[in-house]
Amino acid sequence: MHRFANPTRVLRIAAAILPWSAALTIVLFASGLYFALVASPIDYQQKDAVRIMYVHVPAAFMGMMGYALLAVASAVGLIWRHPVADLTAKAAAPIGAAFTFVCLVSGSLWGQPTWGTWWVWDARLTSVLILFFLYVGYMAIWQAYDDQARAARAAAILALVGSVNLPIIHYSVTWWNTLHQGSSFSLAGSAIDPAMLLPLGLMTGAFAAYFVTVLIYRLRSEIAQRKLGVLRLRQAEGLQAT
Amino acid sequence: MSAFLAIFRRDLALSFRQGSAVTLSVMFFALAVTLFPLGVGPEPQVLARVGAGVLWVAALLSAMLSLDRLFQADHEDGSLDLIALGPLPLEFTALANIAAHWVASGLPLVVISPVLALALNLPLNVMPAVVAAMLLGTPSLSLIGAIGAALTVGVRRGGVLLSLIVLPLYVPVLIFGVAAIDAAAGGAAFRAPLLILGALLALGLALGPIASAAALRLALE
Repeated sequence: MHRFANPTRVLRIAAAILPWSAALTIVLFASGLYFALVASPIDYQQKDAVRIMYVHVPAAFMGMMGYALLAVASAVGLIWRHPVADLTAKAAAPIGAAFTFVCLVSGSLWGQPTWGTWWVWDARLTSVLILFFLYVGYMAIWQAYDDQARAARAAAILALVGSVNLPIIHYSVTWWNTLHQGSSFSLAGSAIDPAMLLPLGLMTGAFAAYFVTVLIYRLRSEIAQRKLGVLRLRQAEGLQAT
Repeated sequence: MSAFLAIFRRDLALSFRQGSAVTLSVMFFALAVTLFPLGVGPEPQVLARVGAGVLWVAALLSAMLSLDRLFQADHEDGSLDLIALGPLPLEFTALANIAAHWVASGLPLVVISPVLALALNLPLNVMPAVVAAMLLGTPSLSLIGAIGAALTVGVRRGGVLLSLIVLPLYVPVLIFGVAAIDAAAGGAAFRAPLLILGALLALGLALGPIASAAALRLALE
Protein backbone atom coordinates (compact mmCIF):
# COMPACT_ATOMS: atom_id res chain seq x y z
CA MET A 1 0.00 0.00 0.00
CA HIS A 2 2.75 2.44 0.93
CA ARG A 3 4.41 1.92 -2.44
CA PHE A 4 1.55 3.91 -3.90
CA ALA A 5 1.82 6.75 -1.42
CA ASN A 6 4.56 8.22 -3.58
CA PRO A 7 2.89 10.60 -6.07
CA THR A 8 5.77 10.35 -8.55
CA ARG A 9 5.46 6.58 -8.75
CA VAL A 10 1.68 6.80 -9.07
CA LEU A 11 2.01 9.36 -11.83
CA ARG A 12 4.45 7.08 -13.64
CA ILE A 13 2.04 4.14 -13.43
CA ALA A 14 -0.83 6.40 -14.49
CA ALA A 15 1.15 7.63 -17.49
CA ALA A 16 1.74 4.01 -18.50
CA ILE A 17 -1.97 3.15 -18.23
CA LEU A 18 -3.33 6.30 -19.88
CA PRO A 19 -2.64 5.57 -23.60
CA TRP A 20 -4.11 2.08 -23.23
CA SER A 21 -7.24 3.19 -21.42
CA ALA A 22 -7.73 6.10 -23.82
CA ALA A 23 -7.37 3.83 -26.85
CA LEU A 24 -9.67 1.26 -25.25
CA THR A 25 -12.26 3.98 -24.61
CA ILE A 26 -12.28 5.02 -28.28
CA VAL A 27 -12.38 1.46 -29.65
CA LEU A 28 -15.05 0.25 -27.24
CA PHE A 29 -17.22 3.33 -27.70
CA ALA A 30 -17.00 3.05 -31.50
CA SER A 31 -17.86 -0.66 -31.59
CA GLY A 32 -20.32 -0.44 -28.69
CA LEU A 33 -22.26 2.46 -30.22
CA TYR A 34 -22.34 0.68 -33.59
CA PHE A 35 -23.82 -2.47 -32.10
CA ALA A 36 -26.09 -0.53 -29.73
CA LEU A 37 -27.57 1.86 -32.30
CA VAL A 38 -27.33 -0.02 -35.59
CA ALA A 39 -26.54 -3.71 -35.42
CA SER A 40 -28.76 -4.87 -32.57
CA PRO A 41 -32.39 -5.98 -32.84
CA ILE A 42 -35.22 -3.82 -31.54
CA ASP A 43 -37.20 -5.08 -28.60
CA TYR A 44 -40.61 -6.58 -29.44
CA GLN A 45 -42.25 -4.45 -26.76
CA GLN A 46 -40.00 -1.46 -26.19
CA LYS A 47 -39.17 -0.90 -29.90
CA ASP A 48 -36.18 1.39 -30.35
CA ALA A 49 -36.43 2.69 -26.78
CA VAL A 50 -34.52 -0.41 -25.72
CA ARG A 51 -31.37 1.25 -27.08
CA ILE A 52 -31.44 3.73 -24.19
CA MET A 53 -30.65 0.73 -22.00
CA TYR A 54 -27.16 0.52 -23.54
CA VAL A 55 -26.38 3.89 -21.98
CA HIS A 56 -28.57 3.61 -18.90
CA VAL A 57 -27.33 0.30 -17.49
CA PRO A 58 -23.57 1.00 -17.84
CA ALA A 59 -24.11 4.49 -16.35
CA ALA A 60 -25.93 3.01 -13.36
CA PHE A 61 -23.20 0.40 -12.97
CA MET A 62 -20.41 2.98 -13.13
CA GLY A 63 -22.28 5.33 -10.78
CA MET A 64 -22.31 2.61 -8.14
CA MET A 65 -18.78 1.39 -8.92
CA GLY A 66 -17.62 4.99 -8.61
CA TYR A 67 -19.03 5.16 -5.10
CA ALA A 68 -17.44 1.81 -4.23
CA LEU A 69 -14.09 3.13 -5.44
CA LEU A 70 -14.71 6.30 -3.45
CA ALA A 71 -15.42 4.30 -0.30
CA VAL A 72 -12.40 2.00 -0.69
CA ALA A 73 -10.06 4.90 -1.48
CA SER A 74 -11.48 6.83 1.49
CA ALA A 75 -10.93 3.87 3.82
CA VAL A 76 -7.34 3.51 2.61
CA GLY A 77 -6.79 7.24 3.00
CA LEU A 78 -8.29 7.27 6.48
CA ILE A 79 -6.48 4.19 7.80
CA TRP A 80 -3.01 4.69 6.31
CA ARG A 81 -3.12 8.51 6.01
CA HIS A 82 -2.51 7.88 2.34
CA PRO A 83 -2.49 11.21 0.42
CA VAL A 84 -2.81 9.71 -3.06
CA ALA A 85 -5.82 7.63 -1.97
CA ASP A 86 -7.49 10.83 -0.68
CA LEU A 87 -6.88 12.52 -4.00
CA THR A 88 -8.14 9.46 -5.89
CA ALA A 89 -11.40 9.60 -3.93
CA LYS A 90 -11.67 13.33 -4.59
CA ALA A 91 -10.98 12.84 -8.30
CA ALA A 92 -13.47 9.95 -8.62
CA ALA A 93 -16.42 11.81 -7.02
CA PRO A 94 -17.41 14.16 -9.88
CA ILE A 95 -17.07 11.35 -12.45
CA GLY A 96 -19.29 9.04 -10.42
CA ALA A 97 -21.78 11.84 -9.83
CA ALA A 98 -21.87 12.54 -13.58
CA PHE A 99 -22.54 8.87 -14.36
CA THR A 100 -25.28 8.77 -11.73
CA PHE A 101 -26.81 11.86 -13.29
CA VAL A 102 -26.64 10.30 -16.77
CA CYS A 103 -28.29 7.20 -15.31
CA LEU A 104 -31.16 9.27 -13.87
CA VAL A 105 -31.70 11.30 -17.03
CA SER A 106 -31.50 8.33 -19.42
CA GLY A 107 -33.79 6.34 -17.12
CA SER A 108 -36.29 9.19 -17.21
CA LEU A 109 -36.09 9.36 -21.01
CA TRP A 110 -36.62 5.61 -21.19
CA GLY A 111 -39.48 5.66 -18.69
CA GLN A 112 -41.54 8.15 -20.68
CA PRO A 113 -42.26 5.92 -23.73
CA THR A 114 -42.09 2.63 -21.82
CA TRP A 115 -43.81 3.24 -18.50
CA GLY A 116 -45.65 6.32 -19.70
CA THR A 117 -44.14 8.58 -17.06
CA TRP A 118 -40.94 10.57 -16.63
CA TRP A 119 -40.41 9.64 -13.06
CA VAL A 120 -41.84 7.18 -10.56
CA TRP A 121 -40.98 7.09 -6.88
CA ASP A 122 -39.88 3.53 -7.07
CA ALA A 123 -37.35 2.16 -4.63
CA ARG A 124 -34.50 1.81 -7.08
CA LEU A 125 -34.95 5.18 -8.78
CA THR A 126 -35.19 6.84 -5.41
CA SER A 127 -32.05 5.19 -4.09
CA VAL A 128 -30.09 6.19 -7.19
CA LEU A 129 -31.30 9.74 -6.61
CA ILE A 130 -30.08 9.46 -3.02
CA LEU A 131 -26.75 8.15 -4.32
CA PHE A 132 -26.52 11.31 -6.39
CA PHE A 133 -27.21 13.45 -3.31
CA LEU A 134 -24.53 11.51 -1.41
CA TYR A 135 -22.05 12.39 -4.16
CA VAL A 136 -23.07 16.05 -3.95
CA GLY A 137 -22.69 16.08 -0.16
CA TYR A 138 -19.29 14.42 -0.48
CA MET A 139 -18.09 17.03 -2.96
CA ALA A 140 -19.55 19.85 -0.85
CA ILE A 141 -17.60 18.78 2.22
CA TRP A 142 -14.33 18.89 0.27
CA GLN A 143 -15.07 22.52 -0.50
CA ALA A 144 -16.19 23.43 3.01
CA TYR A 145 -12.76 23.00 4.60
CA ASP A 146 -9.81 25.26 3.82
CA ASP A 147 -7.23 22.75 5.03
CA GLN A 148 -7.05 19.98 2.42
CA ALA A 149 -5.75 17.33 4.83
CA ARG A 150 -8.72 17.90 7.17
CA ALA A 151 -11.13 18.05 4.26
CA ALA A 152 -9.82 14.69 3.08
CA ARG A 153 -10.52 13.04 6.42
CA ALA A 154 -13.93 14.61 6.90
CA ALA A 155 -14.92 13.56 3.38
CA ALA A 156 -13.57 10.06 3.99
CA ILE A 157 -15.69 9.66 7.14
CA LEU A 158 -18.76 10.79 5.20
CA ALA A 159 -17.95 8.43 2.31
CA LEU A 160 -17.69 5.46 4.66
CA VAL A 161 -20.96 6.36 6.41
CA GLY A 162 -22.59 6.77 3.02
CA SER A 163 -21.28 3.44 1.78
CA VAL A 164 -23.79 1.86 4.16
CA ASN A 165 -26.27 3.13 1.60
CA LEU A 166 -24.84 1.06 -1.27
CA PRO A 167 -26.11 -2.31 -0.03
CA ILE A 168 -29.48 -0.67 0.63
CA ILE A 169 -29.60 0.38 -3.03
CA HIS A 170 -28.78 -3.14 -4.08
CA TYR A 171 -31.36 -4.84 -1.87
CA SER A 172 -34.03 -2.19 -2.33
CA VAL A 173 -35.24 -4.01 -5.44
CA THR A 174 -35.95 -7.09 -3.40
CA TRP A 175 -37.30 -5.20 -0.41
CA TRP A 176 -39.80 -2.90 -1.97
CA ASN A 177 -40.06 -4.41 -5.45
CA THR A 178 -42.60 -2.07 -7.00
CA LEU A 179 -42.27 -1.03 -10.62
CA HIS A 180 -38.64 -1.34 -11.62
CA GLN A 181 -37.89 -4.74 -13.07
CA GLY A 182 -35.67 -7.05 -11.10
CA SER A 183 -32.10 -7.72 -12.07
CA SER A 184 -31.68 -9.54 -15.37
CA PHE A 185 -28.30 -10.92 -14.39
CA SER A 186 -27.50 -13.63 -11.91
CA LEU A 187 -24.71 -16.08 -11.29
CA ALA A 188 -26.77 -18.76 -13.03
CA GLY A 189 -26.91 -16.83 -16.28
CA SER A 190 -28.52 -13.93 -18.06
CA ALA A 191 -32.07 -13.38 -19.21
CA ILE A 192 -30.92 -11.05 -21.99
CA ASP A 193 -30.60 -12.16 -25.60
CA PRO A 194 -26.93 -12.52 -26.73
CA ALA A 195 -27.55 -10.02 -29.53
CA MET A 196 -28.37 -7.40 -26.90
CA LEU A 197 -25.79 -8.60 -24.41
CA LEU A 198 -22.90 -7.86 -26.79
CA PRO A 199 -23.51 -4.10 -27.11
CA LEU A 200 -24.33 -3.92 -23.40
CA GLY A 201 -20.99 -5.53 -22.54
CA LEU A 202 -19.10 -3.33 -24.99
CA MET A 203 -20.73 -0.16 -23.65
CA THR A 204 -20.04 -1.17 -20.06
CA GLY A 205 -16.39 -1.70 -21.00
CA ALA A 206 -16.34 1.65 -22.78
CA PHE A 207 -17.81 3.45 -19.75
CA ALA A 208 -15.28 1.75 -17.45
CA ALA A 209 -12.34 2.65 -19.72
CA TYR A 210 -13.65 6.22 -19.94
CA PHE A 211 -13.89 6.32 -16.14
CA VAL A 212 -10.25 5.21 -15.77
CA THR A 213 -9.04 7.69 -18.39
CA VAL A 214 -10.80 10.68 -16.86
CA LEU A 215 -9.80 9.56 -13.37
CA ILE A 216 -6.13 9.62 -14.40
CA TYR A 217 -6.49 13.11 -15.87
CA ARG A 218 -8.24 14.37 -12.74
CA LEU A 219 -5.73 12.70 -10.43
CA ARG A 220 -2.90 14.34 -12.37
CA SER A 221 -4.44 17.76 -12.03
CA GLU A 222 -5.17 17.22 -8.32
CA ILE A 223 -1.52 16.28 -7.68
CA ALA A 224 -0.33 19.20 -9.79
CA GLN A 225 -2.60 21.53 -7.82
CA ARG A 226 -1.24 20.18 -4.55
CA LYS A 227 2.34 20.73 -5.79
CA LEU A 228 1.47 24.24 -6.88
CA GLY A 229 0.11 25.03 -3.44
CA VAL A 230 3.28 23.77 -1.75
CA LEU A 231 5.49 25.74 -4.16
CA ARG A 232 3.50 28.92 -3.49
CA LEU A 233 3.86 28.40 0.27
CA ARG A 234 7.62 27.94 -0.13
CA GLN A 235 7.84 31.06 -2.23
CA ALA A 236 5.95 33.02 0.42
CA GLU A 237 8.26 31.66 3.11
CA GLY A 238 11.30 32.64 1.03
CA LEU A 239 9.94 36.16 0.64
CA GLN A 240 9.38 36.40 4.38
CA ALA A 241 12.90 35.23 5.19
CA THR A 242 14.59 37.90 3.13
CA MET B 1 -19.99 6.13 33.88
CA SER B 2 -20.13 9.13 36.19
CA ALA B 3 -18.43 11.27 33.55
CA PHE B 4 -20.95 10.04 30.98
CA LEU B 5 -23.84 10.95 33.28
CA ALA B 6 -22.28 14.30 34.09
CA ILE B 7 -22.11 15.26 30.43
CA PHE B 8 -25.61 13.93 29.82
CA ARG B 9 -27.02 15.95 32.74
CA ARG B 10 -25.12 19.07 31.78
CA ASP B 11 -26.39 18.92 28.19
CA LEU B 12 -29.94 18.36 29.38
CA ALA B 13 -29.75 21.21 31.86
CA LEU B 14 -28.36 23.50 29.16
CA SER B 15 -31.04 22.66 26.63
CA PHE B 16 -33.89 22.97 29.15
CA ARG B 17 -32.74 26.20 30.77
CA GLN B 18 -31.11 27.99 27.90
CA GLY B 19 -32.88 29.51 24.93
CA SER B 20 -35.95 27.25 25.26
CA ALA B 21 -34.58 24.84 22.62
CA VAL B 22 -37.11 22.18 23.62
CA THR B 23 -40.24 24.27 23.10
CA LEU B 24 -38.81 25.64 19.88
CA SER B 25 -38.35 22.26 18.25
CA VAL B 26 -41.82 21.13 19.38
CA MET B 27 -43.33 24.34 18.04
CA PHE B 28 -41.49 23.88 14.74
CA PHE B 29 -42.83 20.32 14.53
CA ALA B 30 -46.41 21.45 15.16
CA LEU B 31 -46.09 24.37 12.75
CA ALA B 32 -44.61 22.23 9.96
CA VAL B 33 -47.46 19.73 10.37
CA THR B 34 -49.98 22.58 10.33
CA LEU B 35 -48.67 23.83 6.99
CA PHE B 36 -49.50 20.57 5.21
CA PRO B 37 -53.32 20.73 5.52
CA LEU B 38 -53.07 24.32 4.29
CA GLY B 39 -51.04 23.05 1.35
CA VAL B 40 -52.87 19.89 0.30
CA GLY B 41 -56.38 20.82 1.41
CA PRO B 42 -58.47 20.01 4.48
CA GLU B 43 -60.28 16.87 3.19
CA PRO B 44 -60.12 14.27 5.98
CA GLN B 45 -59.49 11.35 3.57
CA VAL B 46 -56.54 13.11 1.94
CA LEU B 47 -55.04 14.00 5.31
CA ALA B 48 -55.47 10.48 6.65
CA ARG B 49 -53.71 9.17 3.56
CA VAL B 50 -50.68 11.49 3.76
CA GLY B 51 -50.71 11.91 7.56
CA ALA B 52 -47.98 9.37 8.37
CA GLY B 53 -45.62 10.88 5.82
CA VAL B 54 -46.33 14.44 6.96
CA LEU B 55 -45.66 13.49 10.56
CA TRP B 56 -42.33 11.86 9.72
CA VAL B 57 -41.10 14.54 7.33
CA ALA B 58 -41.87 17.19 9.95
CA ALA B 59 -40.08 15.11 12.60
CA LEU B 60 -37.03 14.74 10.33
CA LEU B 61 -36.84 18.47 9.71
CA SER B 62 -37.30 19.49 13.33
CA ALA B 63 -34.74 16.93 14.51
CA MET B 64 -32.31 18.41 12.00
CA LEU B 65 -33.03 21.95 13.10
CA SER B 66 -31.44 21.51 16.52
CA LEU B 67 -28.49 19.42 15.28
CA ASP B 68 -26.13 22.24 14.42
CA ARG B 69 -25.85 23.20 18.10
CA LEU B 70 -25.09 19.61 19.15
CA PHE B 71 -21.31 20.02 19.24
CA GLN B 72 -20.96 23.59 18.00
CA ALA B 73 -21.39 25.33 21.37
CA ASP B 74 -18.87 23.04 23.07
CA HIS B 75 -16.44 23.58 20.23
CA GLU B 76 -16.78 27.36 20.33
CA ASP B 77 -16.28 27.88 24.05
CA GLY B 78 -13.46 25.34 24.26
CA SER B 79 -15.18 22.84 26.55
CA LEU B 80 -14.85 20.19 23.82
CA ASP B 81 -11.06 20.41 24.16
CA LEU B 82 -11.30 19.93 27.93
CA ILE B 83 -13.74 17.02 27.61
CA ALA B 84 -11.44 15.39 25.06
CA LEU B 85 -8.56 15.64 27.56
CA GLY B 86 -10.65 13.86 30.19
CA PRO B 87 -10.66 10.11 30.86
CA LEU B 88 -13.88 9.39 28.97
CA PRO B 89 -13.32 8.24 25.36
CA LEU B 90 -14.68 10.72 22.87
CA GLU B 91 -17.06 8.02 21.56
CA PHE B 92 -18.89 7.96 24.91
CA THR B 93 -18.83 11.73 25.18
CA ALA B 94 -20.51 11.89 21.79
CA LEU B 95 -23.01 9.25 22.89
CA ALA B 96 -23.86 11.29 26.00
CA ASN B 97 -24.35 14.40 23.85
CA ILE B 98 -26.54 12.43 21.45
CA ALA B 99 -28.62 10.91 24.26
CA ALA B 100 -29.21 14.35 25.73
CA HIS B 101 -30.09 15.70 22.29
CA TRP B 102 -32.68 12.95 21.87
CA VAL B 103 -34.26 13.54 25.29
CA ALA B 104 -34.39 17.29 24.64
CA SER B 105 -35.56 17.30 21.03
CA GLY B 106 -36.65 13.77 20.06
CA LEU B 107 -38.71 12.69 23.04
CA PRO B 108 -40.95 15.78 23.00
CA LEU B 109 -41.80 14.94 19.38
CA VAL B 110 -42.80 11.43 20.42
CA VAL B 111 -45.03 12.86 23.14
CA ILE B 112 -46.80 15.36 20.92
CA SER B 113 -47.02 13.13 17.81
CA PRO B 114 -50.34 11.36 18.79
CA VAL B 115 -52.04 14.74 19.13
CA LEU B 116 -50.83 15.86 15.72
CA ALA B 117 -51.69 12.45 14.27
CA LEU B 118 -55.27 12.96 15.49
CA ALA B 119 -55.30 16.43 13.96
CA LEU B 120 -54.27 14.80 10.67
CA ASN B 121 -57.29 12.52 10.94
CA LEU B 122 -55.36 9.32 11.52
CA PRO B 123 -57.66 6.76 13.22
CA LEU B 124 -57.36 6.27 16.96
CA ASN B 125 -56.28 2.62 16.73
CA VAL B 126 -53.13 3.69 14.84
CA MET B 127 -51.75 5.61 17.84
CA PRO B 128 -49.75 2.68 19.29
CA ALA B 129 -47.97 2.32 15.94
CA VAL B 130 -47.34 6.08 15.75
CA VAL B 131 -45.81 6.21 19.22
CA ALA B 132 -43.81 3.00 18.79
CA ALA B 133 -42.43 4.04 15.40
CA MET B 134 -41.53 7.51 16.70
CA LEU B 135 -39.95 6.01 19.81
CA LEU B 136 -37.76 3.70 17.73
CA GLY B 137 -37.10 6.13 14.90
CA THR B 138 -36.26 9.45 16.56
CA PRO B 139 -33.15 8.15 18.41
CA SER B 140 -31.80 7.07 15.02
CA LEU B 141 -32.33 10.63 13.80
CA SER B 142 -30.18 11.97 16.64
CA LEU B 143 -27.52 9.28 16.12
CA ILE B 144 -27.21 9.72 12.36
CA GLY B 145 -27.53 13.48 12.63
CA ALA B 146 -24.67 13.61 15.11
CA ILE B 147 -22.30 12.38 12.40
CA GLY B 148 -23.25 15.30 10.19
CA ALA B 149 -23.11 17.72 13.14
CA ALA B 150 -19.62 16.52 14.06
CA LEU B 151 -18.40 16.73 10.46
CA THR B 152 -19.57 20.33 10.11
CA VAL B 153 -18.55 21.51 13.58
CA GLY B 154 -15.76 23.83 12.47
CA VAL B 155 -17.16 24.76 9.09
CA ARG B 156 -18.48 28.05 7.74
CA ARG B 157 -22.11 27.85 6.55
CA GLY B 158 -22.31 24.52 8.38
CA GLY B 159 -26.11 24.50 8.56
CA VAL B 160 -26.85 24.07 4.86
CA LEU B 161 -24.05 21.53 4.46
CA LEU B 162 -25.41 19.65 7.47
CA SER B 163 -28.82 19.21 5.86
CA LEU B 164 -27.23 18.12 2.59
CA ILE B 165 -25.21 15.45 4.40
CA VAL B 166 -27.81 14.23 6.86
CA LEU B 167 -31.12 14.19 4.97
CA PRO B 168 -30.12 11.45 2.47
CA LEU B 169 -29.02 9.28 5.38
CA TYR B 170 -32.42 9.78 7.06
CA VAL B 171 -34.28 8.11 4.20
CA PRO B 172 -34.46 4.54 5.59
CA VAL B 173 -35.87 5.81 8.90
CA LEU B 174 -38.48 7.82 7.01
CA ILE B 175 -39.49 4.89 4.81
CA PHE B 176 -39.91 2.36 7.58
CA GLY B 177 -41.40 4.88 10.02
CA VAL B 178 -44.13 5.66 7.50
CA ALA B 179 -44.46 1.96 6.60
CA ALA B 180 -45.22 1.08 10.23
CA ILE B 181 -47.95 3.70 10.56
CA ASP B 182 -49.45 2.91 7.15
CA ALA B 183 -49.50 -0.81 7.92
CA ALA B 184 -51.34 -0.13 11.16
CA ALA B 185 -53.78 2.19 9.38
CA GLY B 186 -54.48 -0.55 6.84
CA GLY B 187 -55.22 -2.98 9.63
CA ALA B 188 -52.12 -5.06 8.89
CA ALA B 189 -49.44 -6.19 11.30
CA PHE B 190 -46.88 -3.42 11.79
CA ARG B 191 -44.34 -5.52 13.61
CA ALA B 192 -41.96 -5.97 10.63
CA PRO B 193 -41.33 -2.25 9.93
CA LEU B 194 -40.89 -1.69 13.66
CA LEU B 195 -38.29 -4.45 13.77
CA ILE B 196 -36.42 -2.85 10.88
CA LEU B 197 -36.60 0.52 12.66
CA GLY B 198 -35.06 -1.24 15.65
CA ALA B 199 -32.34 -2.68 13.42
CA LEU B 200 -31.61 0.80 12.04
CA LEU B 201 -31.41 2.07 15.61
CA ALA B 202 -28.92 -0.68 16.51
CA LEU B 203 -26.87 0.17 13.43
CA GLY B 204 -26.96 3.87 14.29
CA LEU B 205 -26.00 3.13 17.88
CA ALA B 206 -22.95 1.20 16.67
CA LEU B 207 -21.94 3.58 13.88
CA GLY B 208 -23.05 7.02 15.08
CA PRO B 209 -20.84 7.59 18.15
CA ILE B 210 -17.73 6.15 16.46
CA ALA B 211 -18.10 8.23 13.29
CA SER B 212 -18.99 11.35 15.32
CA ALA B 213 -15.96 10.90 17.56
CA ALA B 214 -13.69 10.46 14.54
CA ALA B 215 -15.07 13.69 13.06
CA LEU B 216 -14.77 15.51 16.41
CA ARG B 217 -11.08 14.53 16.69
CA LEU B 218 -10.64 16.16 13.32
CA ALA B 219 -12.18 19.39 14.65
CA LEU B 220 -9.92 19.33 17.70
CA GLU B 221 -6.67 19.29 15.71
